[in-house]
Amino acid sequence: MAENSASLLDRSRTVAGPGYNRWLIPPAALAIHLAIGQAYAFSVFKKPMGALISGNVDAPAPTDWTAGQLAVIFSIAIVLLGLSAAVFGKWLERVGPRKAMMASALCFGGGFLIAALGISMHNIWVVYFGYGFVGGIGLGIGYISPVSTLIKWFPDRPGVATGMAIMGFGGGAMIGSPLAVALMAQFKGVAPLGVAPTFIVMGLIYLAFMMFGVFTIRVPADGWKPAGYVPSTQTNALITSSNVDADNAIKTPQFWLLWVVLLCNVTAGIGVLETASPLIQETFSDKNMGDGRGVTAAAAAGFVGLLSLFNLLGRFFWSSASDKMGRKPTYMIYFGLGIALYALVPSLAASASLTMFVIVCCVILSMYGGGFATIPAYLRDLFGTMQVGAIHGRLLTAWSTAGILGPLLVNYLHDSQKAKGLTGAAAYQTVFYTMAGLLVVGFIANLMVTAVNERYAFKGTVTSASAGH
Amino acid sequence: MNPQPNSHPSNSEEPSSTMSVALAWLFVGVPLMWGVSQTFIKALTLFK
Repeated sequence: MAENSASLLDRSRTVAGPGYNRWLIPPAALAIHLAIGQAYAFSVFKKPMGALISGNVDAPAPTDWTAGQLAVIFSIAIVLLGLSAAVFGKWLERVGPRKAMMASALCFGGGFLIAALGISMHNIWVVYFGYGFVGGIGLGIGYISPVSTLIKWFPDRPGVATGMAIMGFGGGAMIGSPLAVALMAQFKGVAPLGVAPTFIVMGLIYLAFMMFGVFTIRVPADGWKPAGYVPSTQTNALITSSNVDADNAIKTPQFWLLWVVLLCNVTAGIGVLETASPLIQETFSDKNMGDGRGVTAAAAAGFVGLLSLFNLLGRFFWSSASDKMGRKPTYMIYFGLGIALYALVPSLAASASLTMFVIVCCVILSMYGGGFATIPAYLRDLFGTMQVGAIHGRLLTAWSTAGILGPLLVNYLHDSQKAKGLTGAAAYQTVFYTMAGLLVVGFIANLMVTAVNERYAFKGTVTSASAGH
Repeated sequence: MNPQPNSHPSNSEEPSSTMSVALAWLFVGVPLMWGVSQTFIKALTLFK
């Protein structure tokens, strides 16, 4: 029995039979990404978790966890995301997506359950270990687990395929946040502010939801191609017909240029996400817009919601568009247009042009999401499909780096401007100009991307077995 | 475009039906649409 259940997860048991419809693969990938995307809704727990002793979110007790202590939970998770994606990428290629998705589901769901124990005991270290460490490993493995499989099933439109999955990560926060709010309200009478039972239920829900992905995912048979698919004969120097393994990929300048590209794109996006709510409230206040016409806290929350929608839509739109435009030109747009838009934000804020301000921020966030979703297809163009999941995993360390350094940089720049006595939009100018400067670096890095030297190419015959060599 | 495997894998399973594809999309689409609608409603407060 144990042998049977183990073999059910093996790569050999996941090879699709004749007639398997490849359009079952995106829902399988979405089941994973919609679940793990909850991580970006973690802030919904910050206030209740900071008032477990007092039971009143507006008046925490001295022994309650501080905002600083709680911020560390997400930081650990995001660092572990990058590290585990980098470390387990080759393992994923070897064992196949089903076993990796199972590991991700157990870690992510289990992380919630361990954290629930920590919340019940009011022991922050157990929460760090559960949601941060164990859950973070689930995030990393889960994020990369369907990518390589999707690219292999959709060689004719890799951008569309990965865009759909990575769009799910953006959507996960939209589900996780209202779900947590509803569950905490439901369990309010059971435990302090309903937090611990909410963690238990969410852990179980996500575990079950991810199982759908685990048992739906299939890999294509060696040599499979979509009916009628003929690889493009148009020469594009950046699209290789060779394959580079993950160990060799990180020796190429192209890998590190894309690392910089991702780092700059994510850090700049964080600049907007971190400042969106206070910036719109401070800039378009009653004082500046006239009594009753200013942006309220509720409207600012609506603005953040709107940005999340564009982040989600951008993931699918830009990644799909990159199949037509090419990956390098798409990143040229992200950075070229991004530089202009970031530089424009302070002027729009100063001129109190609310509509234009909202439109510009939405376009910026769409390109932030697009940057995440287009990178797997860019890697596939440069390094081939053989170990694209593992290579993607190693590249995600750029995301972890940006996830930690981005908010620090943004808050430092903003605080230093406030210390100089600047207020309102003026206090954010340096943030946006610095982000525009980062995009210049990203633009140059992308410009320098050329085809990978053939000496890095894998010399053997590429089969599912060589994917994990 | 229907995929056509050109080699025979070791396992044998029924070809997937259109219904199973539709159900799979519903399974993930319903929660996604719920989340998007919740966010959209929240976003509307900006325009009030």
